[in-house]
Amino acid sequence: MSSGAADFEALLREALSPVEPPADLAQRLELTLVNLTELAHEELDAWELKAMRDPRNWVRPAAAAVVGVSAGAALVVLRVRARHRVRKQRSNSALDLAQRTLHDVGEETRRILPRRR
Amino acid sequence: MVDGELPKSKADVDARFTELYRTHLRDVYSYSYYRVGNHHDAEDLTEQTFLQAYRHFERALREANGRPLRPWLIRIAHNLAANFYRDRSRKPESGIEDAGMISAPHTTESLVEGREQLKAILDGVQQLPDDRREALIMRFALGMDNREIARALGRTDGATKVLLHRAIRQLEGMVSDPVATESRGSDE
Repeated sequence: MSSGAADFEALLREALSPVEPPADLAQRLELTLVNLTELAHEELDAWELKAMRDPRNWVRPAAAAVVGVSAGAALVVLRVRARHRVRKQRSNSALDLAQRTLHDVGEETRRILPRRR
Repeated sequence: MVDGELPKSKADVDARFTELYRTHLRDVYSYSYYRVGNHHDAEDLTEQTFLQAYRHFERALREANGRPLRPWLIRIAHNLAANFYRDRSRKPESGIEDAGMISAPHTTESLVEGREQLKAILDGVQQLPDDRREALIMRFALGMDNREIARALGRTDGATKVLLHRAIRQLEGMVSDPVATESRGSDE
């Protein structure tokens, strides 16, 4: 590599230096992921226990493990995600936004899971 | 858990995902930022990337066979960015919004000239064809090697090497002779 090319690559490296994400992005994303995981597990547990009382539903927990967690959680994620901008506009702090996000996740999970029973 | 070993429980999966997310948050954010040109959309794109990655994480672990997952993650961001422009019918912003990020130390004499040169490079990057711009962002902002870039772009190692070489040469031409580059238009 010529020194001119090396110099230009050094400039390019400087121009395209990595960009640090805002601190609240990391916190918000982590909270959303944790909440999604926990809520999906709790809802699935409750659903399975109820279904197990009726032998006709014994096959459902198995389906729930696959459908409930993957597709259900995916749907919750997409729906909660779709309203992120609205929540962000209405929130007056990062904590408020986190609470609104958590509330939305709970609402969507409750809305989606009963339809599958 | 040993790296490359498949997780045995949901808790293992979550722990592995947390590790992936913490290790590569800056990579995904940097990539998103240089793709969309502003912090607001870069945050959106980063969030969407990790939420989508979470949904497909177990399958990705199985299929990766112990290889690094960064190219897979960047490929998700790449696809989402393409949808982002298609859905909103907009193009990448021509300039990067935060000139303050060009913050590497300079001598006093070279400060103005240096910043102008870096700005010209950033503007040039935004004008490159998509595949060349992507390759440069992956190489210089994220420090990915040819093999990783090839996996992220779905190309061979050889094709990626050529792509990078042409991207650098085209950009160099644009920066050293912007008038000629403009008059050539989209010949490249």
